Amino acid sequence: MNGIPAADTLALVVFILFFGVTIIAGSTVSHWKKWFSGGKKSSPSTPVEGHGGHGTEEWGLGGRQFGVWVTWFLVGGDFYTAYTVIAVPALVYAVGAYGFFALPYTIIVYPFIFVVMPKLWKIAHDGGHATAADMIRARFGSRALELAVAFSGLIAVMPYIALQLIGIRTVVQALGFSGEIPLIIAFVSLAAYTWMGGLHAPALTAFIKDIMIYIAVIAAVTLIPIKLGGYGHMFDVMNNVVAMPDADHVMKAGQLMPYATLALSSALAAFLYPHTLTGILAAKSADTVKQNAVYLPIYTIVLGLIALLGMMAHVAGIDTTVSSMVVPYLFLKLFPDWFAGFAFAAIAVGALVPAAVMAIGAANLLTNNILPKRYAGVTTSRIAALGVKLGALLCVLFLNAKFAIDLQLLGGVIILQTFPALIFGLTKFRFSSTGMLTGWIVGTVVGLGICWADGLKPVHTLAIGGWSELVSTGLIALVVNIIVTGVVSMIVPQRNLAVASR
Amino acid sequence: MKIFNILLIAPFVGLLWVPFYNHQTPMLLGFPFFYWYQFAWVPVTSVLIWLAWKKGAQS
Repeated sequence: MNGIPAADTLALVVFILFFGVTIIAGSTVSHWKKWFSGGKKSSPSTPVEGHGGHGTEEWGLGGRQFGVWVTWFLVGGDFYTAYTVIAVPALVYAVGAYGFFALPYTIIVYPFIFVVMPKLWKIAHDGGHATAADMIRARFGSRALELAVAFSGLIAVMPYIALQLIGIRTVVQALGFSGEIPLIIAFVSLAAYTWMGGLHAPALTAFIKDIMIYIAVIAAVTLIPIKLGGYGHMFDVMNNVVAMPDADHVMKAGQLMPYATLALSSALAAFLYPHTLTGILAAKSADTVKQNAVYLPIYTIVLGLIALLGMMAHVAGIDTTVSSMVVPYLFLKLFPDWFAGFAFAAIAVGALVPAAVMAIGAANLLTNNILPKRYAGVTTSRIAALGVKLGALLCVLFLNAKFAIDLQLLGGVIILQTFPALIFGLTKFRFSSTGMLTGWIVGTVVGLGICWADGLKPVHTLAIGGWSELVSTGLIALVVNIIVTGVVSMIVPQRNLAVASR
Repeated sequence: MKIFNILLIAPFVGLLWVPFYNHQTPMLLGFPFFYWYQFAWVPVTSVLIWLAWKKGAQS
């Protein structure tokens, strides 16, 4: 136990206080929402009416009325999860500069949002769609393609929720608990929080989460360098852990291609996930989405600072093989216990908010696209969300954490294969549903096949002629998918598109 | 006019061309070039998107 600190009761009390208050606030949101929003809700132009504007739309999309601020917190909130706070520094702790690919990834995603997402929002709003699969059914009239996209989303989001539960478990472990009881408590609180509040719960508690995370991160990135001798010293220490290839370069030549392709494939995948789409579709207008693309990059600064925590841990002398414990140990070692408890609560709340949005996004897929129509309704959505969370809980309980991370990698490869169906539908190119379905099948099989053959690695060695580089597996599968989609579309063109090209 | 959307290609070029910023120097406030260059793209991207949003809405 060299250099590994432990928590005391004060940390636990502070943790329970902040975590508990957020859960109660989120679960009871329908009771206090009225005073919070003042008289605004009673305005005659309220958009809740309209396409199926009953309870399901309210529970699953918050009535599509979230303005710029709530959308900012909601989209940013489910994009930067507890797992980010735990896993990104863990990766940087282990591999150094290479682990920073999350930084370019979370920058290039915003131009993409700005151009693509307002179009999706318009189509979804005009057609009353709640999921990506809804939009695809309406445009291509293909039940098979709808199911392909719905199942991809559902399978990809499950391990993501599991990682959030692992995030909560990590901080609870750092507080000195072991066994599975803390995980069960985390699960029950998540379930209550989502069941009662629907999408309003994460939307109105996302700001609590962000403020807590900002306080914890800003304290860490200002105070830790002062205690540890400055940023220059930090980079020097890191260079002794992960040696630089030479005096001037930061990464080895062979790391450049995986760095760029992982950043690109992560950015493309990010907004195909059902939960991020849920956040976007809940916005009040297409312009709200565009405006958000301007302000959302602020989150990336925070992400970059969080990544630096992985380097600070080396300076602080934290020596562990369990890299996911790096951030909790860092807080315990360098801060008073009450502040460590607060930071842990921030991470736990940071898991709760996105996990709720993910469960709701998955529930929307189940009720809208997979189950027969007669099961539509809020109660079904609630039960579906609960089922998804139970699935995630089983993932955590019966698979080890390493396997959950591998599953999330597979999830990324799977969700990337829905890119042509969702995004090419917005362009003037006439791809057919037969083409997209074939592309989806081939891309998914190729992607999963490569992952299987490589032993679940995110990158694959691509050798063409004398050229050989590591390239993101998801990106390779996506390129195959697009080529197949294009070729098959030429052979079997689409007849009578259901919706005119926009 | 959507002409301002061309600005949005810049972050992709600037960040996916990794050999350009895989360097230690010039340092800034103790940060090697590799790190501060990528951080610098955050406000730049914000401004570019803001321009595309404002100008796109005007015309």
